[in-house]
Amino acid sequence: MKHKIITFFRILHNGTVNFLRNISIAVAAIAVMVVTLTIVLLSIVVNATFGNTINQITSKIDISVYLKNNVSTSQTKTLINQLQHLNNVQSVQYLNKEQVLRQYETQNASNHQLALAISESSNPLPATIHIKPLDLNKISNIKSFLDTPSVATLQSNPPSYSGSLQTAINNIAHATDVLRKLGIISIIVFAFISALIIFNTMQMAIFNRRDEIQIMRLLGASTNYIRGPFIVESSIYGALSAILSVIIINSIFVTASSTLQATTLGLLDINYATSYFDSHFWLFMVLQVIIGVAIGSISAGIATRRYLKFKVQN
Amino acid sequence: MILLDRVTKTYSKALGPALNRISIHVEPKEFVIVVGQSGAGKTTLLRLLTREERPTSGKIIVGGIDYDKLRDKEIPMLRRKIGVVFQDFKLLPNRNVFENVAFALELVGASSREIKNTVPRVLEIVNLKGKEKNMPLELSGGERQRVAIARAIVRQPKILIADEPTGNLDPKHAWDVIKVLEKINRYGTTVLLTTHNVEIVNKLKRRVITLKAGRVISDRANANYHL
Ligand SMILES: Nc1ncnc2c1ncn2[C@@H]1O[C@H](COP(=O)(O)OP(=O)(O)OP(=O)(O)O)[C@@H](O)[C@H]1O
Ligand SMILES: [Mg+2]
Repeated sequence: MKHKIITFFRILHNGTVNFLRNISIAVAAIAVMVVTLTIVLLSIVVNATFGNTINQITSKIDISVYLKNNVSTSQTKTLINQLQHLNNVQSVQYLNKEQVLRQYETQNASNHQLALAISESSNPLPATIHIKPLDLNKISNIKSFLDTPSVATLQSNPPSYSGSLQTAINNIAHATDVLRKLGIISIIVFAFISALIIFNTMQMAIFNRRDEIQIMRLLGASTNYIRGPFIVESSIYGALSAILSVIIINSIFVTASSTLQATTLGLLDINYATSYFDSHFWLFMVLQVIIGVAIGSISAGIATRRYLKFKVQN
Repeated sequence: MILLDRVTKTYSKALGPALNRISIHVEPKEFVIVVGQSGAGKTTLLRLLTREERPTSGKIIVGGIDYDKLRDKEIPMLRRKIGVVFQDFKLLPNRNVFENVAFALELVGASSREIKNTVPRVLEIVNLKGKEKNMPLELSGGERQRVAIARAIVRQPKILIADEPTGNLDPKHAWDVIKVLEKINRYGTTVLLTTHNVEIVNKLKRRVITLKAGRVISDRANANYHL
């Protein structure tokens, strides 16, 4: 056990020494890794921000169904029940005539005349059911249900779909969808490229030291004892790159929100992005370090493999 | 301790076997000298023992380990049990004298304190005191050879293989090295030494195995050098 601990620390030490020795190669590897990790993190934040924007807009949107005055309580209950069981329905809210009136009054509290125009006794406002769909793009089933004759006869007016906002939302949803896909593709591409570069860096480092490795082998060094320092070395690349990428993203948001004094950058809500980033700072830091160390150590592990095989000759 | 049974090693069919059906049995604590002309197969023999090469045919058993049953991942463990002085030294170029010798101890998980205690003692034995900080390239051939010897004996192995350890040394230093080998042999280490040095062979009066073109042509106790 004691030997194992000593050996473990020696591997750490040797890896660090190698890192410092190969600092120029290290800089190249780190640069690529920083780009990768920055893209990863940026897409996470941008994604969350767009998601938030869409949620904010869609939460304001619903389908309103206006009921005739002669619809009975039991008919209403059945209708609500049926609506709740439809696909793609998130919530159903019923407001009776009085509630609708009160809502109308609070909304028009400043406009005395409008408020007066409608009084309790002659309430012309219909009882209303608000339906919140899960996905705004797929409300056709709700629509066709509301259009069926038996349901249509209960309604005083045709349902309203917050129609004008719908197209705007569709556009945003489409744009973010494209961005999300682009993000995922670039994450994969850059992760692959940086793994490849780290892999080559390691192979170069190993190639330069193949005599040394061979001597270590002859003296009885185990595979882990030789490979360990290389993995430590490339894990240092990964960890440093992770920290750098977090710093870069951090300064992007700081500059964007303070220097530009802007709240949005195109469609991107900078305020939200910044606060989202800030509130998840340590999670992102840890996540980035894990990704960086994983890319580094896995590619080093693979790169060292063929130099560590025992010569099989007969 | 060391057993080779009809061992053949052929590097390439065109050149014929480097070792041809040789059988050698070395008892524990024996001191054996292997002689033979250049190219006779001495280094090949030693490489088979360290598992640097595999025999084309034949059986090898060292320290109770049957090489036929040895798995690849057990090779490092085997090598840590054998001290080797390589003909071409094989010092680690990026490490100084002290670190080169220390490396052998690092591999067996020795503590820094053990290393600090042991390495200077061994360097003193091979007369390298004061050279601890030198890099291998800053050493003479003879000094490098002595570093290689220090590294081979620092773990006090049960078996010591020395391939021409006096090749680059003047007679005085050569004898110092031989004395170290004899001393370590007296403490119980089996020593296998290859050399071209007639004087050393004749003075040592030990068992001498003569190789010629990959065959054992003589194997005698208390022998003199002859080819
Ligand atoms: N890796 C190799 N590949 C092919 N042939 C080899 C290899 N190593 C050695 N040989 C050949 O095997 C024969 C024996 O070589 P070996 O190195 O064992 O000789 P040696 O007795 O140690 O010689 P020396 O006294 O010069 O060190 C030689 O003919 C050599 O050319
Ligand atoms: Mg030789």
